[in-house]
Parts: sequence; C-alpha cells; structure tokens
Amino acid sequence: MRKRILAGMALLGSAALVVSGCSSGSDSGSASGDTITVGFAQTGSESGWRSANTESMKAAFSTDNGFDLVFNAADNDPAAQIAAVRSFINQGVDAIVIAPIVEDGWDDVLTEAKDAGIPVVLEDRTVTASEDLYATWVGLDFKLEGEKAGEWAAQTFTEPTKMVVLEGTTGSAPANDRAEGFDAAIAGTPIEKIDSQTGDFTRDGGKSVMEGFLQKYGVDGIDLVYAHNDDMALGAIEAIEAAGATPGEDIKIVSIDAVHDGMQALVDGKINYIVECNPLLGDKAADLVKKVLAGDAVDKRTIVEDQAFDQAAAEEALPDRKY
Amino acid sequence: MRIWRHRLFWPSAALVVLVAVNAIARPQFLRITLQDGELYGALIDILRNSAPLMLVALGMTIVIATRGIDLSVGAVMAVSGAVALTIIDGSGDPGATGTVLVAVVVALLVSLVLGAWNGFLVSALGIQPIVATLVLMLAGRGVALLITGGFITTVNSAPLAYIASGYLTVLPFAFIISVVVITALGLVERRTALGVLTEAVGINPEASRLAGVRSRGIIWGAYMVSGVLAGLAGIIYASNIKAADANAAGFLIELYAILAVVLGGTSLAGGKFSIAGTVIGVLIIQTLDSTILFLGVPSAQSPVFFAFVVVAVVIAQSPRTRNALRALGGARRPRAAASVQDRPKVEVAS
Repeated sequence: MRKRILAGMALLGSAALVVSGCSSGSDSGSASGDTITVGFAQTGSESGWRSANTESMKAAFSTDNGFDLVFNAADNDPAAQIAAVRSFINQGVDAIVIAPIVEDGWDDVLTEAKDAGIPVVLEDRTVTASEDLYATWVGLDFKLEGEKAGEWAAQTFTEPTKMVVLEGTTGSAPANDRAEGFDAAIAGTPIEKIDSQTGDFTRDGGKSVMEGFLQKYGVDGIDLVYAHNDDMALGAIEAIEAAGATPGEDIKIVSIDAVHDGMQALVDGKINYIVECNPLLGDKAADLVKKVLAGDAVDKRTIVEDQAFDQAAAEEALPDRKY
Repeated sequence: MRIWRHRLFWPSAALVVLVAVNAIARPQFLRITLQDGELYGALIDILRNSAPLMLVALGMTIVIATRGIDLSVGAVMAVSGAVALTIIDGSGDPGATGTVLVAVVVALLVSLVLGAWNGFLVSALGIQPIVATLVLMLAGRGVALLITGGFITTVNSAPLAYIASGYLTVLPFAFIISVVVITALGLVERRTALGVLTEAVGINPEASRLAGVRSRGIIWGAYMVSGVLAGLAGIIYASNIKAADANAAGFLIELYAILAVVLGGTSLAGGKFSIAGTVIGVLIIQTLDSTILFLGVPSAQSPVFFAFVVVAVVIAQSPRTRNALRALGGARRPRAAASVQDRPKVEVAS
C-alpha cells in the first residue's frame, strides 16, 4: 500500500513539482483575511490509497471551505519534501500539513516553521522529531486494524482452523503492526497459523504466494486467509478460483483496506470480512488546522477510527465508496 | 568434451538440485494432476508464472549481446499493461475478443515505439545504454500512473484473463507464448546470420563496422525486440491479476532479467550469448521463488536465502573457480587446454 516508488523516479519528478508548487503559491500570501493559506506536502502518488488521500485533502481544503491550498507531491523523495516545506515557509503560508515520507530528519525544517510562527499538522505518518515542533498528528492505528480483523476471526472460527497469512512488504509499519494486532487477538483460539509469506502488498504477489500455499497444503488444507491488504486478497481469490475452489466458502478470506475492488469482492461473497484503512483524513485535518489557528487546545495524537465491514455493511457502503 | 565442461552444465545442475530439494521437502511439489483436461501442479505454476520474466529476459539477452543493457523493461511493462487495460476498460464491450485484440495490438505498438526510442538514443545518438534506458525506466512508470490516474484499473474480461490463466489444450497459454517466443528467437538468431552479426557487434563494434556489419540497425533492432517483449510481458502480468497495477507491474524485473541472463552464462561484456542459458536462468529464479515458499523460509530471511543460492550458482559456473577446483583435484589435462575450449568460437567470425 505505502510501497515506495523507485527512489530515483523522484529525482526527476520532484524538481518540476517543487517549481510548480512555488509558482502557484506566489500570489496567495496576501489573500483576504478570511482565507487560510495551507501548504500540503504529500508523499507522492504511489498507491490507490494515496490518490484517495490526496483527493480527500484537496476536497477538505477547498476554496468553498475557506482555504487556499498549495499542494506539493514529492514523489517519495524525502529531500524534495523538505525543500517543499521550506518553500511553504518562505511563502508565508498560514499553516503547513505534512504526510512525512520518512520519520527522521525533520528537526531543522520544523524548527524553522516554528520560528516563523507557522503551525504544522502531521498527517498519516509521524516523525521522530520533538513533539513541541508540531501542533498535532492525525492518522490511523494499524495495530488496531489487525486486532479488529483478528477479533472477527476469533468469533467466527470456533473449530480448529488452519490459517495462512499474506504479509505486506517485509519491515513496513503496516505489515508489522497488522500482524502483531491480529496475532494478539487470536491468541488462545483454535486458529492455527500454518504458514506466512510476504506478498509485497500487490495483487501479483498475493496471487503467486497463494498459488504456492495451495500447492503445498492443498485446497482442503487451508480454511482461512488473512491478507494484510485488499490487493493481496484479490490476488488470492484468483489463485483459489484457479485451483477449482470457491473463495469465501471453501476458503474464507479476511483483509484490511476496504478499497473499492475489495468491497466489491466482499459484496460478491468472495471476501468474508474487511477492516477499513480510511484514507479520507482530509476533513479531520482541515478541522484540526482551523482549531490550531484559532488557538484551541488539541491532542498531540488524533486517531481516526476505522470501520469494519461484513457483506451486508459492504452492500450498503459500496455505492458511496469514493476510492 | 565431457558433459560437466559444457557451458550450461552448472546452471542446469543448479535447476535440477532446486527441484530435487523441493521434491524431498514436499513430495507433492512434483505432483501434476489433470483437472478438467488441464494440467495442474506446482511445476506447471512455475512454467506459467515464469512467462513475463522469460520474455523480458530473452529481450535482455539480445540487448546484452550487443554490449548494451535495457533498464526500462519494467517501466515498459507498466505502460503496456496500463494502455491495454485502459482501452478495454473504456470500451463498450470489455468481454469481446475483438476489443482485447485491439488493446493488445495497441499496447504492443506503444511498447515497440518505446523500444525504438531506446534504440534511437543508443544507436543513433551514441548515448551509453545504461543512461539512455534509465530515462524511460524513471519516466515510464510515471506515464503509466498518468494513464491509470494513479488507481489500479480492474477489468472483468474473459478473453483478457485467458492470456495468463487460460489453457490451450492441456498447457497454460502463457507458457505456450513463452515457447513460441523462445523458438522464434532461436530460429532467427541461430538459423540466420543475425545471431553471429549481433555477437560481432557486441564483441567489437568498430571492427564489425569496418567489416561491413550494419551495427546501427542491429543495435536499434535489439532494443525494439526488447521493448515489444517487455510489452507482451506487461500484458501477461496485467491479465494474470485482471488489473493494471502501474506501481507494481514489472517492479525491479530489469534486475531479475539481468540476473537470469547472467545465470545462463551470457557475459555482460556483450558478444556471445545463449538463449538456452537464459531460459534455464529464468527457470532457476522462478523455482527459487517456489522453493522459498515450499521450504517455508520466513519473509525476513528469504532475500538472504535467495542471495545465497544465486551466489553459489554464479561461483560454480565461473571458469576460474572450475579450473581451480580441477587443479585441486589433480586434473589430468593441463589448464590451458580447458581455457581454449571455453573461449567463444565467434571471435573467428568477427
């Protein structure tokens, strides 16, 4: 999901984007008193989740809502992202929102923002810098997502159950935390994790790993698949169907994300349960920016609660699904 | 010449050992069953799933033979998949065979143009191959993202799904595509003078030019072949998951393709190349993927396992290691004789 794009790609793209960010923002500093100028430094456009997140931010920080948004996507280049934030400071925006690409290296530029009196709101990911350098963080709790998926499994499977896991990219925060939360929730239940392998958060990875599992254990040797994201679950569906079994019945599937294609599969009965990983953080972020600028006290961490869907809930939610 | 002196002996041995290890760990690895008239089993999966890497690596072999390298193959795969699926998605009738055919042809033409662009930079402008193809490697994925609008385009189309998941009689269609491409490339390169000319260009471009070989056309053509094969690989990849995933399609495949070429015994210095070697190299990589799964190597350790096997194969096929081993074992023949045999015969041709 948050898979890093080729780092090199950023070098080419970022230069152009920083320039466009500057030029579009040059006339915004002197806007009327009612308009809040906000600089948003996005990581890039590496996934469908990220695209939905960007759309949500753009919608929340719209002119109608009293904002003037200066948008920058850094194509996953940390240096370009810091340069973008620095240019926001030079433009004298009212507030800065950052979705940090990496956790480290933010101290200097955040101090500069603080010295310039510009509050910073972190979105989605966080930083290692001292807490007084930013106003607040708004994002999601991956561990809680894993726990919710695990709780569903623990309630649904009371007989001995053989489970395989399609892990996200090895070492990434969502993969680690979703595994940890799920394992904690199913501890002591008759669910047995018989195998686990990374599918790199991609459909292709999920499909090929699931094919291997099916060859190794046979269709009858697997009862449940836990996929760390919808894309891998969609790949697993293809593999299960190719093996002549029915996904959602012969082999149950639980996953995390709730992207449009995943929800469709849930409605079709091919996935049994999905925990949401909500990219629509825009409204919450816009709300926090307004509060911070008004001088209201805000918590340092705001966790946006994720929903969970079974088939009936998905049928209801799907028509309004934005991503 | 004894069999173990053959250039392809060590790569083939590595492949056999990998299959044996899997079979010992899990005997069902070798089991192949007939399901509704279609072959099904772990080995069949390997043959089917190896198709994209196979096509990309074959193109890479030809490019490397001309002393070049094509880093853009992964990006071309992403563009090709994005073009094909966007066309099918946008059409009124995604399930029609005609729609899919048009989409495939357009995607392949786009890939051909991208390959021709690489070839133009390398052969006409004389830009170093690694630099020339880096441009598309970096920019191409961005173009693919632009085409799909940053989202994964999912398409439900039976003819599209057939390309990667369908069967022609008892064999997977994707595997048959591989076989056809291997055969066609083998015939063109080995049954005509083109192979020798390609090797001549790779061994000494200047000498071959003076000898009357049109090196520009040969190099240009190599990149076009690589582009089209990468495009075909991109279509198979997209068909396999019924979706155009611009971020993940062909991600890092250029490096695995180069690895397959090297495992197959083709030198990165250009010149002599082996299509059979590349085929074995691709199968080693694909089997290794399955081995990691079948042995249950944890995700965190699997790159180490992968690296260990690859290093072992590369060391085993290095002529110097083999000579040293032979000397240790008290070889009966002098070393000089062996190294003359290893030398490529094509040097005479150039």
